[in-house]
Amino acid sequence: MYVAVKGGEAAILATHDLVAEARRGNESVPELKVAQIREQQGLACARVMNEGSLYDLDLAALALKQAQGDAIEAAFLMRAYRTTLPRFGSSEPVDTAQMAIRRRISATYKDLPGGQVLGPTYDYTHRLFDFALMDEGQSAIGSRQSKTVEQPDCRLPTADCLDSHMPRVPDILGAEGLMEAEAPPEGDPRPFDLTREPVSFPADRDVRLQAMARGDEGFLLGLGYSVQRGYGGNHPFVGEIRVGEVCVEFVPEELGFSVDLGEITLTECQMVNQFQGSKDVAPQFTRGYGLSFGHSERKAMSMSLVDRALKCREFGEAANYPAQQDEFVLYHSDNVEAAGFVEHLKLPHYVDFQGELELIRRITREREQRLAREQDTLPEAAE
Amino acid sequence: MNAHQTLPADDAKPAYNYAYLDEQTKRMIRRALLKAVAVPGYQVPFGSREMPLARGWGTGGIQVTAAIIGPDDTLKVIDQGADDTTNAVSIRRFFERTADARTTEATEEATIIQTRHRIPEAPLKAGQIMVYQVPTPEPLRRLEPREAETRKMHAWAEYGLMQVKLYENIARFGEVTTTYDYPVMVNGRYVMAPSPIPKFDNPKMHMSPALQLFGAGREKRIYALPPHTSVKSLDFDDHPFRIQSWNEPCGLCGATDSYLDEVVTDDKGGRMFVCSDSHHCETRREAGHRGAMLADASALHLVEEVKS
Amino acid sequence: MQTENLIAAGFTDPVFQSQAAFRAVLAALSEPGTVQTVSGAILPPDGLCAATATALLTLADYETPIFLPQQLRDGPAGAWLRFHCGAAILDAPAGAAFAVIDSASATPPLAAFDLGHDQFPDRSATVLVQCTALTGGESVTLSGPGIAGNRSIAPQGLRPGFWAEVAANAELYPLGVDLILTCGNALIGLPRTTQIEETA
Repeated sequence: MYVAVKGGEAAILATHDLVAEARRGNESVPELKVAQIREQQGLACARVMNEGSLYDLDLAALALKQAQGDAIEAAFLMRAYRTTLPRFGSSEPVDTAQMAIRRRISATYKDLPGGQVLGPTYDYTHRLFDFALMDEGQSAIGSRQSKTVEQPDCRLPTADCLDSHMPRVPDILGAEGLMEAEAPPEGDPRPFDLTREPVSFPADRDVRLQAMARGDEGFLLGLGYSVQRGYGGNHPFVGEIRVGEVCVEFVPEELGFSVDLGEITLTECQMVNQFQGSKDVAPQFTRGYGLSFGHSERKAMSMSLVDRALKCREFGEAANYPAQQDEFVLYHSDNVEAAGFVEHLKLPHYVDFQGELELIRRITREREQRLAREQDTLPEAAE
Repeated sequence: MNAHQTLPADDAKPAYNYAYLDEQTKRMIRRALLKAVAVPGYQVPFGSREMPLARGWGTGGIQVTAAIIGPDDTLKVIDQGADDTTNAVSIRRFFERTADARTTEATEEATIIQTRHRIPEAPLKAGQIMVYQVPTPEPLRRLEPREAETRKMHAWAEYGLMQVKLYENIARFGEVTTTYDYPVMVNGRYVMAPSPIPKFDNPKMHMSPALQLFGAGREKRIYALPPHTSVKSLDFDDHPFRIQSWNEPCGLCGATDSYLDEVVTDDKGGRMFVCSDSHHCETRREAGHRGAMLADASALHLVEEVKS
Repeated sequence: MQTENLIAAGFTDPVFQSQAAFRAVLAALSEPGTVQTVSGAILPPDGLCAATATALLTLADYETPIFLPQQLRDGPAGAWLRFHCGAAILDAPAGAAFAVIDSASATPPLAAFDLGHDQFPDRSATVLVQCTALTGGESVTLSGPGIAGNRSIAPQGLRPGFWAEVAANAELYPLGVDLILTCGNALIGLPRTTQIEETA
């Protein structure tokens, strides 16, 4: 008798082995350590933490190692792990005004309390290869370029040389009554959690900000760019970007007072946008807000552009463009969902395709028969 | 104030919970399932969890199965009608690992059948539960991309747009050209996406004795058809609904009434048609039914001859 | 409150007991009128039958407020549900995801519970009606989804006009509450889709 040949399971197991082999690469090259990724690929780890919605540098580094550096695959690993973690509660809101600053810049004021702190940035590197990095042991720490600079004490920002008072720029504008005030919604409810509850539309700002915080950097970058080019019509200024460490505090129910859980690195961007007031409201600047894990300025800036665009409903502005439409932005910014659905097209679809084949063949056949009949009847019609 | 999400003690185990999902998540899905059963064809939003399998690869069906499965169940998983398709194998392994599930390929032995794109050929029985993996639960989505709008259309049973689209099809091609995920009217009230099953399978949904559950993980919707529920494929009096048919029987088992897959056998136009429901085809061959190309199929490694 | 000592145990094996109980409730609402049983694995608190207690333990938690009549609310049942489900216990029908009512009690009317919203008909209450028996009463005929042809049930101890209320609830379809009639360790589901015909 005949039985069906079944190879599915064996084939799947073989793919796992092949992935492990491809991940390791040439075995004469030493294997990457997770600590090396964590310490030397920090910006990649930050992206994985953001899009994986989990602040854990070691796991982000492990995810990158396991995913061969594929950021979306790594974020997926983080998400699938995160969803299984028990929740003990919500932390107190972090206070970015109290951030231990590593970098803080404003494009709206030449100077301000606390000053401009460039910190670690690629902004003024010329994008020329540093071929010395091809060889190990040649990293720049040993030959600091800032040696020649006059004030050597403040080459690297430390608590000692930075002003302890570093007000956030939108707060400075707010004190003058020129910045849109932001009060928590009535009763200060717990923010919505889109990982636990289904979203409905229109979505409130807490939902939008959460979605963007875990959204794909590239997608938000493109949307933010579209706003700048006129698909949304905002005129933003970088009020401030700040990068540094903040404390996370938690109030256990049984203690009733807050305990310090540790520090996390955050990047915060606040964009200042013009808003024409109405008869009843004096003109004020409006805010676009972005916050992300680790040092991830591009993400925070993109997010703050889109945040402002999505506030169009609150300001009675038209929502004509993608970046202004909450449903569009929220449904398409999640790269784990998007990648899954785009890539599911790899799965077999031959049942559906057979349905299409059957249809197109039949329609073609019927069309040919109809044309043939018309051909037959034509000479008679001509008579 | 610190709002706690309390977790029952059963969630605090270090290992993964039975059937992967934590108990709070199962409760949430179970509540959604009960409301789905109470309003047949209506899409209940649910807090779809992130799963260790990719979105679009059955995470909705997996969450539904994980919320219902227990030690008394026997699970069958099919994709394109076959138990051996790679993603069916992967999902079956998932439940064997996480729920120690007893699995089967025999349709009649299964208490839960998770499927992508097909309904088995063997008639379903009372007590069986079909779990469909659904990519796009909203039947109106291709006509109206905005969720806020389609939700209103369902609320007001405003389905004129769908009728217009189907009729435009007829005007252009002489028939409705939707061949899979063909929309149905459920219990005379909700237009529902049957998931991308071929329209060949639509009639099997109507008044089925089995309970049918639908899970869309990425789109975060659950819907259901209780047993013995009216499921009518949308059509017109002058253009009644009809299903696919083939000019030839299954090359392996000779069946003339099953849905067929096409296998291209060479690059000179050679092809054969075989049952998409692999278990159905095997059962028929075991009963002695032989298709015209059974011997040739051995050469193509579709089947193997076993000397008994 | 010194309820700690008064609170009886819940499930001994939450994962599998709740799974089995859920399947019974799912079967009940999928096939209205059939009598399903939950294995009597728990000792319910005073005022709740085993089926009611098991169903709530299976389905309710901190996300689902429960309405209880005052007597149950202030007694061991209220304390038991607060403790085991972490659910808020409400003293008014509005806003309740689940409710327990006594079949003979004149209040609250079914129409007082959340009936859902035309865009979200799923946001309606599920009402557990504790009966004196699920058989032996006056028979009504059911039809609708989940029922091949029709099916008869005859629960006992229902308040006068109960079936008219259930029929009026069905008229609201796709809105309306969903009912689960309970007694002992047995339950019958009556979703809003079920049409009621009083035999008398």
